[in-house]
Amino acid sequence: MARHMSDEEIVTRILDGDVRAAGRLMRRVDDNLPSARPILAELFSHTGKARIIGVTGNPGSGKSTLVNQLIGTLRKRGHRVGCVAVDPTSPFSGGAILGDRVRMQQHALDKDVFIRSVATRGNLGGISRSTPAIVQVLDAMGFDVIIIETVGVGQDEVDIVRLADTSIVVNVPGLGDDVQASKAGIMEIADLFVINKADRDGVKRLRRELRTMIELGEGFGEDDWKPKVLETIATQGDGLEALADGIFEHLDWLDTHGESERIEQDRLDHYIALIATGQLERMMASIQQQSTWKSLLQEVSSRGTSPYEAANAMLSKLREAIEGE
Amino acid sequence: MSTSTERTFRVLIGKPGLDGHDRGAKVIARALRDAGFEVIYSGLHQTPEMLVSIALQEDVDCIGLSILSGAHNTLMPDVVALLEAEDASDIFVFGGGIIPDEDIPRLKDAGVVEIFTPGTPTTDVVAFLREECTRRLAARQD
Repeated sequence: MARHMSDEEIVTRILDGDVRAAGRLMRRVDDNLPSARPILAELFSHTGKARIIGVTGNPGSGKSTLVNQLIGTLRKRGHRVGCVAVDPTSPFSGGAILGDRVRMQQHALDKDVFIRSVATRGNLGGISRSTPAIVQVLDAMGFDVIIIETVGVGQDEVDIVRLADTSIVVNVPGLGDDVQASKAGIMEIADLFVINKADRDGVKRLRRELRTMIELGEGFGEDDWKPKVLETIATQGDGLEALADGIFEHLDWLDTHGESERIEQDRLDHYIALIATGQLERMMASIQQQSTWKSLLQEVSSRGTSPYEAANAMLSKLREAIEGE
Repeated sequence: MSTSTERTFRVLIGKPGLDGHDRGAKVIARALRDAGFEVIYSGLHQTPEMLVSIALQEDVDCIGLSILSGAHNTLMPDVVALLEAEDASDIFVFGGGIIPDEDIPRLKDAGVVEIFTPGTPTTDVVAFLREECTRRLAARQD
């Protein structure tokens, strides 16, 4: 594929399910290249069909193993499954080891499964900035269920909720007070709780704690979705059918309660903001490279100009840049 | 980082075949990560078909094959040939492991770009890959 492909050709190929063309577009997205935008814009009218499932939880809770099994279960039910697996970027080197595929080997030759590993590249929300656009590419290719596996999260990495129809939070028994500790963050976003490694000691206690937490939560009305607590042993594939049932039950509930539409609107609102801020940041980075900016910076550091005046100068330069586009 | 248009190199480190010794693969993966590469690690016991499928989905710049079983003369050329068949020969292949010197010319003839034998400093591997990836990524019309 050394020869150049036109944007139209790339779009056609991706809609035809061409893995190479899709993989390469995802790279442009990840590297924030402006050349990705017209292609994504063309693909957009072919998106909106996939259901998006977020899987999050502490490091070591078994997310990758669970996702691997879930892909298998969904394949048996006839779904075409896309997966975005997120791992952390080293803040020191900018590099990353993306190891989620180690647990997803069995799907490597299945043409109806597409797995993409991405690094957070400095983003703090548990996914990468590129994740929403990569999901769109998979959606346009006709993958009807797309699973996003976040980085191993602590309490506050909840970006996934803006992207997913159904959010799954994976817990493991034996971490004691962790449930308490994480009440405020990721515990609030779950549509489904999974207790993975459910053959370990402490399942009963964890189940009780989760249920209590749910009961104590927002007063659930009769029509509200009440988060379910499910148990799995992902290494053995136990509990996966029930998990898949739980996911579709939640998706059906979203559909019958008008929630799907609200989620889609929120998702797009967030996506548009992401595109706009991405463009602004690119403009800002290029202004920061200018020599006039560097001399202004000198003035600020010698206390001749305040950071607030400098910020105003940045804003007027940005205004010029926007008008120039 | 994500705001600049600087490219990030992506490498697949693969363990094809039956040997279960992945220390070398992990050392290289770590060194590449520390040099700013994104490293996708396949895990053990991959077939060449699986590795090429992963390479296309992940859009890597290159595949590093670590083989200590003696099967390098078949497995490495297989990966190169499969990439060619997928119209993806811009993804280059390099190798490491227990590779006898006399096998190296044959592997290079088959399209393996470089072989790193035991004792090669990881800094050499990183420098080689950085140069090769830079050159090839610049030729890509993204």
